[in-house]
Amino acid sequence: MKQDKRGRQADREALLALAVYALYFAWWYACGYGLGSGDPETYDYVFGFPAWFFYSCIVGYPLITLLLWAVIRFLFRDMPLDADGPAPEERDGKQ
Amino acid sequence: MNASTQIVIPVVVYLAASIGIALWARGRSDGATSQGFIEEYFLGSRSMGGFVLAMTIVASYASASSFVGGPGVAYRLGLSWVLLAMIQVPTVFLTLGILGKRFAIVARETRSVTITDYLRARYRSDTVVILCSLALIVFFMTAMLAQFIGGARLFQTVTGYPYAVGLALFGLSVVLYTAVGGFRAVVMTDAIQGLVMTTAVVVVLLAVIKAGGGVAQCVATLRDIDPGLISPTGPNNAVPQPFTLSFWVLVGIGVLGLPQTAQRCMGYRDSRAMHQAMVVGTLFIGFMILCVHLAGAFGRAVFPELPAGDLAMPTLIVQLLPPVWAGIFIAGPLAAIMSTVDSMLLLVSAAIIKDLYIQYRLHGDAAAMPVATLKKASFAITAVVGLLVVVAAIEPPDLLVWINIFAFGGLEAAFLCPIVLGLYWKRGNAAGAITSILGGVGAYIILSLIKPDMGGLHAIVPTTLVSAVGFVAGSLAHPGKEN
Repeated sequence: MKQDKRGRQADREALLALAVYALYFAWWYACGYGLGSGDPETYDYVFGFPAWFFYSCIVGYPLITLLLWAVIRFLFRDMPLDADGPAPEERDGKQ
Repeated sequence: MNASTQIVIPVVVYLAASIGIALWARGRSDGATSQGFIEEYFLGSRSMGGFVLAMTIVASYASASSFVGGPGVAYRLGLSWVLLAMIQVPTVFLTLGILGKRFAIVARETRSVTITDYLRARYRSDTVVILCSLALIVFFMTAMLAQFIGGARLFQTVTGYPYAVGLALFGLSVVLYTAVGGFRAVVMTDAIQGLVMTTAVVVVLLAVIKAGGGVAQCVATLRDIDPGLISPTGPNNAVPQPFTLSFWVLVGIGVLGLPQTAQRCMGYRDSRAMHQAMVVGTLFIGFMILCVHLAGAFGRAVFPELPAGDLAMPTLIVQLLPPVWAGIFIAGPLAAIMSTVDSMLLLVSAAIIKDLYIQYRLHGDAAAMPVATLKKASFAITAVVGLLVVVAAIEPPDLLVWINIFAFGGLEAAFLCPIVLGLYWKRGNAAGAITSILGGVGAYIILSLIKPDMGGLHAIVPTTLVSAVGFVAGSLAHPGKEN
């Protein structure tokens, strides 16, 4: 692939996906093991679930989907994918 | 009408619908040229929209293990296994995001239809192509076999019909619709299968919670059975932290190396479809995984004395749902199995006819083969490979069952670095790819066999390290071979 605007933008988007992955891991880890490492007899409960489980598993994934949506909506760009499509200079990706 | 018949009717209707879709998809490829037919049959002419793309990645990824094996372990190990399962949430957006637009653009530039095409264009090495094709054929065929066995056993448990009847019924259906309809039929049925799976898991979970007397009561019952069931590390620390963390490598990073998922990243229509699929796919896969594993874990509160975890899902379905509904919902796991098998089957067929036959017998010139012959050959090879696996599943040979243990990790070890590092690291070359494939697959098999004590760490972690180091070292040791 030519090192054009498309390539740089594609690389930036790949890094953003990795960043979301890292944030999901941090949330999952902090809630799961952070809140859940004590004695099960002393757990707090939210809607009947142990708090560690509620935050890491039930809240975690809709939260990350929302973040992902925002990242894609504001930082990802539409671009032509065809080799013989419009030259990248003609469109800078903004819709 | 007895209960088994009532369960079977929805399944049969559902299978018939899948075949109907294949016949419709068949019509789409009429009048194409040979190259056009290949792009259509093996990649649906790169026309997937966002929703279908999301669902086909979710459905090819969700397999027998997600619906029967996974919840079965959750039944034994409680909420700790649900925590572990949730590591799979990022798979869709990570695969689409990391391979991303760069992969889609390169695939179009090089007119790649399979992962092997991409690797051939990237490394220009017959050794890489042949090693990858062989790894793909061997690991996929054994993995399909395992899926068929899982599906047929499930069918047997739920309906009471013999194993062979279940195997014949859905084994033949999946082979038929894949062979007839190609990629377009595969992804269309995947999308429907994804919806069926999602509905199935919600209903089962709600039924379990109701039978268990509500969420709080289910959790309290689990705690009374064993407090470990509601802790993040399981009863008696059965799910230690290093083991769980290994799954971030196995299912998070490693899934990038699965050819059936990666191939979908070259088949979408435009960048908008990719954006949409990243969000929709994450939403669906997270929801499905959470519901199905939670149902397995709470199942213990309803039926605490099952002899084996694998019986948890079938038991919940049969005991808690009326027969016709059970039939509709047994279609969920069957759909998961079929949608995994169909993708694999098509790629094995592509590896044989396209990556090996056309490349080496016809010197890469698909036009040397009349389009009618090509159509017949594609259909025949897909059908024959599928039937071979169905026949093998009647009495599974020990060797194949044994190889299957290495299938998932072996594929990751073989494909991850050549695909991903090749995409982003310019100096990566054929020598690096070959070192990585041989080293990675070798390391995985050896580690899985001798099982050294790694403090709970899964074999995939050192394997990924070996294949990455192999890739870099091999590439640097033979500079000048890169493109």
